[in-house]
Amino acid sequence: MSDTSLSPFRQTLRRILGNTSVRVGGFVALLIIFMGIFAPHLGTRDPGAISPKNRYKEPGYIATVRDYNTGQKVPVVYHMGSDTLGRDVYSRVVYGARTSLVVGVSVASIAILLGMFIGLVAGYFRLADGIIMRIMDGMMAIPSILLAIAVVSVFGAGLLSVIVAIVAAEVPRVVRLVRSVVLSIREEPYVEAAITAGTPTPTLLMRHVLPNTVAPLIVQGTFIVASAIIIEAILSFLGIGIPPEIPTWGNIMAEGREAFQLHPYIILYPGAVLALTVLSVNILGDGLRDTMDPRFEKRV
Amino acid sequence: MASYLIKRILATIPVMLFVAIFIFLLLRLTPGDPAAIIAGDFATDEQIAEIRQKLGLTEPLWKQFVIWITNALQFELGESFYYKKQVSELIAQRIEPTFSLSLITIIFTVAIAVPLGTIAAYKQGSWLDRGIMGFSVMGFSLPVFVIGYGLIYVFSLTLQMFPVQGYIRFGDSVLGWLHQLILPALALSVIFVAFIARMTRTSVLEVLGEDYIRTARAKGQTETRVLMRHALRNAAVPIVTVIGLAIAILIGGVVVTESVFNIPGLGLMTVEAVLNRDFPTVQAVILFFSVIYVLVNLLIDLSYTFLDPRIRY
Repeated sequence: MSDTSLSPFRQTLRRILGNTSVRVGGFVALLIIFMGIFAPHLGTRDPGAISPKNRYKEPGYIATVRDYNTGQKVPVVYHMGSDTLGRDVYSRVVYGARTSLVVGVSVASIAILLGMFIGLVAGYFRLADGIIMRIMDGMMAIPSILLAIAVVSVFGAGLLSVIVAIVAAEVPRVVRLVRSVVLSIREEPYVEAAITAGTPTPTLLMRHVLPNTVAPLIVQGTFIVASAIIIEAILSFLGIGIPPEIPTWGNIMAEGREAFQLHPYIILYPGAVLALTVLSVNILGDGLRDTMDPRFEKRV
Repeated sequence: MASYLIKRILATIPVMLFVAIFIFLLLRLTPGDPAAIIAGDFATDEQIAEIRQKLGLTEPLWKQFVIWITNALQFELGESFYYKKQVSELIAQRIEPTFSLSLITIIFTVAIAVPLGTIAAYKQGSWLDRGIMGFSVMGFSLPVFVIGYGLIYVFSLTLQMFPVQGYIRFGDSVLGWLHQLILPALALSVIFVAFIARMTRTSVLEVLGEDYIRTARAKGQTETRVLMRHALRNAAVPIVTVIGLAIAILIGGVVVTESVFNIPGLGLMTVEAVLNRDFPTVQAVILFFSVIYVLVNLLIDLSYTFLDPRIRY
């Protein structure tokens, strides 16, 4: 099937992009990313603007408001209704994508970099291995949401502490993954040959060991994005994550809790968008795993 | 066997020690005075000094840890700064709802996931298999509070089949207890079912390729018996292992589910403690949950010989 005139890289890329899961998951994930980037241009209003007169309006409600620049009355639509302060739920949901994406991507990059470094050390230096892995076992013995709650409870609510908290919960898994790859690679003949040839250890790690971890790490990174988005939403929903003035999906849902019985849409819309986002990222991850790293099974 | 038992139990000690050190250090190594953090924003200097004295914060760090861990081993987990009660007492009060919710969730999960996974493996590649695996991916992705509110919306608000929120003690009314817990347990079991069904499928698929399955079929066993007797029993060990590992997800999910359904258990207490900056409670509950998680997995490891007599240590 593969076209031999293409370079191995292009062949791999072609195989990955030909996978249905990658296409579907990637397409929806891209839509969400665009939603976040172009939030101001998607018919949104100021997500923090309150309007006491228009509290708890059902989705589709049309209100007339005075435009501050022209002084004229203009109709505005509450596509997803309004919350307890009369804020536009649609605008908040669209802007909320930004926080989720920032948290997801930064947690995944930091956790991968940190985990890669620690995992390389653990896998290659026997002395460090025992100590590092016992610490990682200890961290993994704390359920990840609780670990994140512990970190947030100490550092206080905020974007940075949420990121730190989720990274702390995800790093041990990355370390384990990298270590297991390193352990199997270090026995390969070409690594032994490189050692015999006198390759210094840092060069050896960078040139021969590290490249083998790339495929599983990309797959794992995708799953981390999904899990980070969920944990951020959970923390914010519980009121201990991102401060409430920043619109995030978790925060919007938290604010909708009290009125849920009468106005369920405040929770159901952001919930649906959150679920769709995580689903698309997970489907993308599944596709990447199948095409890039078939041996890799989803880890608990 | 005995030597394995001892080895396995001893192996949990370093893990527990690191958990304890981590939870202990979390509060001590943060910038600022732990006593001031605990006391909150409106504390007077005397109150801070009192807390410092109480926690032994004037002692060197290792000594503080020794004091803390010695107390914890005797179930003296400190006093809640918010409730003004021993945290161990609070945990005892709040454990029933959490335990009930977890138990029913695990029962639901096993009852749903194991048959689904087995069917998926048996009908590998069929639309049924694809459907079940598709559901599994969805299960991973739907956050438990989204499912929870979805269920409340459909079954409580629209169909009015279940109460919206709250908890009834087992001792007060068994039926009421069950009625209150069905929706939360259902919400919580979705992600769990996704995991276990997937694992069951993989595990059963592997076993179905074995020679003894062919033998069983050759001697005219019915397909049900082949699946139940020969396949599922041999596939049990990995399934049970995953159930143990997924307890971590369950514990995390309990915290969220209790908040959604307003169940006054340990999870809700944890969230309240964080909001009230009640650090002794936060520390104690996290330590408690982690010990439970490690112990459950220890028990599961030890149960392998019973599940599969071929495993001998």
